[in-house]
Amino acid sequence: MTVLGILLVLVLLLVVFGLLFRLQILTSIFSGSFVRDVGMSNRVNGILMILFLVLGGAAFAWSFIDSFDKMNPPIASVHGHATERMFWTTMIILGIVFVITQVALFVYSYKYQHKEGRRAFFFPHNNKIEIIWTLIPAIVMAGLVFAGWKEWSKITGPAPKDSVVLEVMGKQFNWLVRYPGRDQKLGVVNYRLIDATNEFGFDLNDNASLDDFVAGEIHVPKGHPVLLKIRSRDVLHAVYMPHFRVQMYAVPGMPTKFWFTPTKTTDEMRAQLGNPAFNYELACNQICGRGHFAMKLAIIVDEPDDYVAWFAKQQSFSSQNPDLLATFKQKSGNLVAPVAAPAAAAVVPAAKASL
Amino acid sequence: MAANLPTQSQVQGGIGVTEPHTEHDEHLHHDEHHEQSFLEKYVFSTDHKVIAKQFLITGIFWAILGGTLSSLFRLQLGWPESTFEWLSPFLGKWIEAGKLNPEFYLALVTMHGTIMVFFVLTAGLSGTFSNFLIPLQIGARDMASGFMNMLSYWFFFVSSVIMFISLFIETGPASAGWTIYPPLSALPQAIPGSGLGQTLWLVSMALFIASQLLGGVNYITTVINLRTRGMSMSKLPLTIWSFFLTAILGLLSFPVLLSAALLLIFDRSFGTSFFLSDIYIAGQALHNVGGSPVLFQHLFWFLGHPEVYIVIMPAMGMVSEILATNARKPIFGYRAMIGSLLGISLLSFVVWAHHMFVTGMNPFLGSVFMFLTLIIAVPSAVKTFNWLATLWRGNIRFTAAMLFSIGFVSLFISGGLTGIVLGNAALDIQMHNTYFVVAHFHLVMGSSAFFGLFAGVYHWFPKMFGRMMDEKLGYVHFWLTFLGVYLVFLPMHYVGIAGFPRRYYAWTGFDMFSQFADLNRFISIAAILAFFAQFIFLFNFFYSIFRGRRATQNPWNSTTLEWTAPIHPGHGNWPGAIPAVYRWPYDYSKPGAAEDFIPQNIPYSQTQSSNLPYEREME
Repeated sequence: MTVLGILLVLVLLLVVFGLLFRLQILTSIFSGSFVRDVGMSNRVNGILMILFLVLGGAAFAWSFIDSFDKMNPPIASVHGHATERMFWTTMIILGIVFVITQVALFVYSYKYQHKEGRRAFFFPHNNKIEIIWTLIPAIVMAGLVFAGWKEWSKITGPAPKDSVVLEVMGKQFNWLVRYPGRDQKLGVVNYRLIDATNEFGFDLNDNASLDDFVAGEIHVPKGHPVLLKIRSRDVLHAVYMPHFRVQMYAVPGMPTKFWFTPTKTTDEMRAQLGNPAFNYELACNQICGRGHFAMKLAIIVDEPDDYVAWFAKQQSFSSQNPDLLATFKQKSGNLVAPVAAPAAAAVVPAAKASL
Repeated sequence: MAANLPTQSQVQGGIGVTEPHTEHDEHLHHDEHHEQSFLEKYVFSTDHKVIAKQFLITGIFWAILGGTLSSLFRLQLGWPESTFEWLSPFLGKWIEAGKLNPEFYLALVTMHGTIMVFFVLTAGLSGTFSNFLIPLQIGARDMASGFMNMLSYWFFFVSSVIMFISLFIETGPASAGWTIYPPLSALPQAIPGSGLGQTLWLVSMALFIASQLLGGVNYITTVINLRTRGMSMSKLPLTIWSFFLTAILGLLSFPVLLSAALLLIFDRSFGTSFFLSDIYIAGQALHNVGGSPVLFQHLFWFLGHPEVYIVIMPAMGMVSEILATNARKPIFGYRAMIGSLLGISLLSFVVWAHHMFVTGMNPFLGSVFMFLTLIIAVPSAVKTFNWLATLWRGNIRFTAAMLFSIGFVSLFISGGLTGIVLGNAALDIQMHNTYFVVAHFHLVMGSSAFFGLFAGVYHWFPKMFGRMMDEKLGYVHFWLTFLGVYLVFLPMHYVGIAGFPRRYYAWTGFDMFSQFADLNRFISIAAILAFFAQFIFLFNFFYSIFRGRRATQNPWNSTTLEWTAPIHPGHGNWPGAIPAVYRWPYDYSKPGAAEDFIPQNIPYSQTQSSNLPYEREME
């Protein structure tokens, strides 16, 4: 019933609209403006151009200022400060060009609207002006390219030797994290070994993988470079960490990496924002299927000492899954030195050494 | 018919091949009363003007559909906590317990992108106006091959039918994004849309590419060979230059997409591993080893980037033409405009990897592509300055077409500038795949190209249908759309700077993406209203075809050749001899001339009072 009612109203509205439209045409025929080339409406459109510039510009400025604080995710990495500066410098340059060109566009439209008896200025070209406004953008671009290239090379250059290493693996639809353990070496993984227990595909015949441990969240120490190794085991994903200005795709069959240096611990950021529930978050930023929008991982930036303590508490994957380890030994038949659950006392110096 | 001119006899020969001679003569004598069968005249027509209209109407159909899809996903983004039970009569099982199915959400964004980029802004824009204007503006009786031209439309039609069918199948249409990156698009286990839906998508696109190539070969051949006497390349209107270069871009880049699609079909159906490696999915390790998903991205963007210029360049050409006509001024820097089109065309082939800075590509390559990308801003800037200089000291008539052209320049500036941020690899780390990118390309290629399309329709409607569109409705349509576009896409930049990722069903799961719920709702409302404003255009368009004011032969006092043809040009365009061309297309407001425009077919000997010194020699 309601649907019918709505339909009826819509039809009536259309009829009214149609009648008004006919009426408008008939009156304009009657008044003679129907055949006139340039009528009153030209003036109205000219005024609307200026109104659009002034009111639209004001609304834009207001909304931009109003939303500015919400726009900028707080920065928590060294290179993040540099790119943030470059971003807003670029935006200011673009803003200046934006204002000049848009003002010229709307003001010219208004100012040079049709006037009876006036003739447009025949001005087909002027080489001098054209060379100037080709060169100026070229020079500005050259500056921006150079600054961008320098920063990009720094960010994507080799990670410092003493970086803390960890690996993130994307899968539909969550993230897996592993650390290299006290030997500081990530062991071999093989996608054919993946199953419900061995989600990473650890190859436990590789000695380096015996002390690797997995974690439910990322822990990194403040002030130390962190080398993030990135994999995917099914489709493309992307590691996106807005607070650290970090983004890199996770590509099946092609490990990728990104290194950065965190500058603020989670606690410091909580205090700065006045939000005790704050957590750094990692999001997936490459379409990967049904759960794409929910692939979240927490990142915790610790003081170096806390990080060492946390690192020392972790149990290696192999020691948590002795059955799996046994099947590997059986299959390969070779002798792998049994590794006891790492003693905290032994691990702490190793973890410290990594910092 | 004056068959003594070589160019004309050539054209006649072309027409005679495809059509009986008697019928052809009949056109020339009674151009309003054809004796062709309905099927020949309106369906399987070889007349470029009819084919143009076919492309336009099909494009309009797709635009409505693409807009509807965007309204649906904007509802989800604006009101992520709401239920949409009321949509279940339309969407059926895709509404699960009142919520939109997240996989169907991805299908919506995928199909919205595919439809808008390829079916509306490539086929609907370039297909319509290249077909309609090339023969009329260069002074040819038809395209070089009318038959191939007809095939081009019908390939597009079949491709459209297949894509349309894919919307209704059990597993849903393609859902891996319009860029269809594998492995997601290769594995039905990863998302159901990658089953039959993706197969239909690939088949449809293969046919679409065939359509583009048939059209492109024709446009290029026609422009090179069938120009009328006197129409040298340096006297071509900028519209023709832009269509010509667009066709070259398409011809060189679409085959690469076809190759990518073929390899993907091999991976999907025949067990090859071009793009697949080391995959464990749905409880199973796949046998594929050694492929590279990044390789697909290279192949895709080798088309994908020229594609955005394929979309925007025809709009640039038409806007240049309309701005000059309605400012009653020559386009400023005609040669610089051609030069910048050439520069953009050339550079558009060497910037593709700026879509891939953070996909794991070698960072050194990233540096190279950043450098090349930022160079392309220079010709774009030159074009913008030239448009502004064209308005300067003009005598502007605000026709609906002129308003949309001014709107085009405004949107092109707003969207183009942010490209300078995204082309900088160091800044793209944070901005990649966020709503900043979405806002950028919707302004610079989406909305701008749409504005070019609208400007073109309003401007050449009298030539197409012999009637005028209603100007006042055109004004209302323009102002609502212009306002709507800015209300949607300016705030979207804020959301993007805050890092909101695109293709998210909802952002509510993240604390860092929780602050802009109200702004997203605002964007949704503006988007849906702007979409509904388009129905004003639809009404105006279809009403005016039948009941619009009758057009005069040259309603805009324009200089180009199409306005010398009769109001209802028959097949063959000019009843008598094809006019010869003596001058460039922008002699507006020339000092000393009686009128404020001198058409291209007026010889210098008739305009002695206005000839410039170097033109006197040609009198």
